[in-house]
Amino acid sequence: MKYQPVIGLEVHVQLLTDTKIFCGCSTTFGAEPNSQTCPVCLGLPGALPVLNKKVVEFAIKAGLATNCSITPRSIFARKNYFYPDLPKGYQISQFEEPICQHGWLDIQLEGEEPKRIGITRIHMEEDAGKLVHGELSGPGDGSGVDLNRACTPLLEVVSEPDLRSSDEAVSYLKQLHQIVTWLGLCDGNMEEGSFRCDANVSVMPVGAEKYGTRAEIKNVNSFKFVKQAIEYEIQRQIDLIEDGGTVVQETRLYDPNSGKTRSMRSKEEAHDYRYFPDPDLVPLVIGPEWVERSRSELPELPEQRQQRFMADLGLPEYDAQVLTASRGVADYFEAGVAAHGNAKAVGNWIMGEITRGLNDNGLGIDACPVTPGQLAELLKLIDKGTISGKIAKTVFDEMWRSGKSPESIVAEQGLVQVSDTGAIEGIIDEIMAANAGQVEEYRGGKEKVFGFFVGQVMKASKGKANPAVVNDLLLNKLRG
Amino acid sequence: MNIFDMTIHQLHGALKERKLSSVEATTAMLDRIAAVEPQIGSFITVTAEGALAAASAADRRIAAGECDLLTGIPLAIKDIFLTEGIRTTCGSRILDSFIPPYSATSWEKLRDRGAVLLGKLNQDEFAMGSSNESSAFGITRNPWDTTRIPGGSSGGSAAAVAARQAVATLGTDTGGSIRQPASHCGCVGLKPTYGRVSRYGVIAYASSLDQVGPLTRDVADCAAMMGAVAGYDAKDSTSVDTPVPDYGATLNEGVRGMKIGLPKEYFIAGLDADVQKAMSEAIETYRRLGAEFVDVSLPHTEYAVATYYLIAAAEASSNLARYDGVRFGHRAAADGLLDMYTKSRSEGFGSEVKRRIMLGTYALSSGYYDAYYVKAQKVRTLIMNDFISAFADVDLMLTPVAPTPAFRIGEKADDPLLMYLSDIFTIPVNLAGTCALSIPAGFSADGLPIGMQLIGKPFGESTILRAGYAFEQATEWHRRKAEITAIT
Repeated sequence: MKYQPVIGLEVHVQLLTDTKIFCGCSTTFGAEPNSQTCPVCLGLPGALPVLNKKVVEFAIKAGLATNCSITPRSIFARKNYFYPDLPKGYQISQFEEPICQHGWLDIQLEGEEPKRIGITRIHMEEDAGKLVHGELSGPGDGSGVDLNRACTPLLEVVSEPDLRSSDEAVSYLKQLHQIVTWLGLCDGNMEEGSFRCDANVSVMPVGAEKYGTRAEIKNVNSFKFVKQAIEYEIQRQIDLIEDGGTVVQETRLYDPNSGKTRSMRSKEEAHDYRYFPDPDLVPLVIGPEWVERSRSELPELPEQRQQRFMADLGLPEYDAQVLTASRGVADYFEAGVAAHGNAKAVGNWIMGEITRGLNDNGLGIDACPVTPGQLAELLKLIDKGTISGKIAKTVFDEMWRSGKSPESIVAEQGLVQVSDTGAIEGIIDEIMAANAGQVEEYRGGKEKVFGFFVGQVMKASKGKANPAVVNDLLLNKLRG
Repeated sequence: MNIFDMTIHQLHGALKERKLSSVEATTAMLDRIAAVEPQIGSFITVTAEGALAAASAADRRIAAGECDLLTGIPLAIKDIFLTEGIRTTCGSRILDSFIPPYSATSWEKLRDRGAVLLGKLNQDEFAMGSSNESSAFGITRNPWDTTRIPGGSSGGSAAAVAARQAVATLGTDTGGSIRQPASHCGCVGLKPTYGRVSRYGVIAYASSLDQVGPLTRDVADCAAMMGAVAGYDAKDSTSVDTPVPDYGATLNEGVRGMKIGLPKEYFIAGLDADVQKAMSEAIETYRRLGAEFVDVSLPHTEYAVATYYLIAAAEASSNLARYDGVRFGHRAAADGLLDMYTKSRSEGFGSEVKRRIMLGTYALSSGYYDAYYVKAQKVRTLIMNDFISAFADVDLMLTPVAPTPAFRIGEKADDPLLMYLSDIFTIPVNLAGTCALSIPAGFSADGLPIGMQLIGKPFGESTILRAGYAFEQATEWHRRKAEITAIT
């Protein structure tokens, strides 16, 4: 039998606010354990939460960018369970009436039609602290609790079960990742857990209407692992059914070392979270003015920018896609185009030399040592014929290293292109004299030898000879 | 006049005129506490040393010409208010050694005006009770009859005022916990409108119902204390940002022309005869003062107690989850995490608290949530609407505070349902979120105080205080003092 996987994703997005969602403590990562805490995030008796307005603004932006409607009166709820990293014994989250509802993202796999993936809801919640084993607790084998992360703001983005393959899931996830980082809502760091994903996976016979029983795979922390975990889980469920078994509703954990998922807790062991509206927080009322103000503050989104790069700047789809991979890259590109004018040339350099340089050095575009203005100056030198494209790469390396302007590098190192026909003719004459055999071959009809002569001339000029001039003069002379 | 018999206003006059120092007044109160505490048991913690230091500081302020109404006044507060560096138990064993690192906003407001803290007052555990019998730190006895309960949960706050162990006190009221003990102990108690006083730093029982308020010797003191603690607090999202009136300034305006509602559901058959008589006399007094009476109805009153015990217990089950032995409070020796949770909570909480945690957990459970919690919220809305309708016709309402005067210690201790019914007239006010004042309105044949409840519109504290003051000026009930006889 053929099986159809059905997948829905729940993504936790840690927000880049300076302070926590319900108190004024800092959200900075990596501080001394429990140093960024106060009565509120420690869950001390008598402490009360106060909503950080910035979190609401971030949530509205995420909602608008994913085509959600913004709930005019949303409610915070308590999710009750006991765990030592959860100071109050409940997590403040949203249950009924989350801030964003009914959104969607369009994904497109190579060679396929675009597909719309529904977003059920986006809600705000606080993160828990974390347990530290054998460090905080002094002697013995006890465990400690570090509550620096407690009360850090999260968005949970819940998709509809509209995804039908691991590739679709990854595509959706990447697009969501691109949007939240593009908007500056999240640093997107999956390894550190700033952007983490739970996948609900089930299978059903192809053509069936009723979904199979689903398993939830917890906390998968890279795009690669998401793909692997989903594929493993699909196959596990198919094998189970084929062997006459039944899939049980449960929570499973993905182990990246083995590439397998394993059972964490069954439905019977699942918590009854006893959600109810948090009486310490009043309903969050968001009027249309607030929504419109947020909408007007939204930057151009990746999809829109890609379309504009294609329509207005004439970029091919592939280039437009690569150049909108992040907002930083797109901004860099546009600054370069503004300073230079030739979108294709600027784009090629970003996709080529700049990307290579950044990757080799493990840098982001924000830390690129060559500014868009400097790149434009370099391209102008090529346009003017001052240097060749080949020499430009040498100049670029030096710009990267020293931060100097291209003009000064060209001047200091004497890299100005030689277009003086007299000087080039002299070189050509010497080379033809030294290679009389090849001259004969060319004249005998073996035109391939032409490339040999170009190479020799460029080599003798140390790359500085203007290739166009070399071509013209060589042709004339060889044809004699 | 004994120093310990003075009201805030009397003591303030003496301090201002330098007839008395705060240290003298505080010493007199501490002596009084020592003398009668064995019979009464109002306090969980007496902070004698801190009180004398604060009194000295107040005397220096007064010497420098800063004599605010509360400067140098010795007060005590319920042990539900967090006090930085001073043990705060909430009447529970689970917090028997908890020293908070911060203070409640309401206490900070009093402290900043120079008030002196005598100590922390006894209460029902986590404010769950109507008799002070659920405290883990021993019962509190009614100063008018030490075989009787003082009421609860702010029983210590009421008994301390009645026994003249503090000039005034703070309590909290979730279902009647200020008004009912005030009534049983013959003092004045105000439950303000929800959102009027900050709940920050007050240990939560039922967050949507809890409210902080004063207990005092008379209405003028009550107005002064209320003015001191009221106001918006950015740390409490449910506090309301609306100006605080000068409650004292309008006390003298009388009740002529005021319309007072008499909700028929509160004057039921079975109401104690002495209580009924006190209410009838109070109505006569108000008529004489020029008020007009209107019969009104609060038709959903009979559902209030059931509604309250679902909502309050549901919220409590969640609010009390933080007492898990992990970060503070009692931690039992245990083998593993689940064992630690189970033992710490089993040992730390008393039976009434456990009863309400179980009730609340059940009401919120999957499959029961709609039938209990959601239904209770709907009834709560109906009860609120009852009040809105009634207040369309009247300025305030007059009712008894409790169906009977103070009952005997142990009388209802084994019958929680009977105990719950003693709050039948106070609970609807919390569900509606409005304000109500309890003031002395007479005595039973046995000499037990009987209180009258004046229910105001939301943020209508000025009106009920003014009506209470007019009644107080026309009667002598508040002048009677409990004679405390030494235990033989």
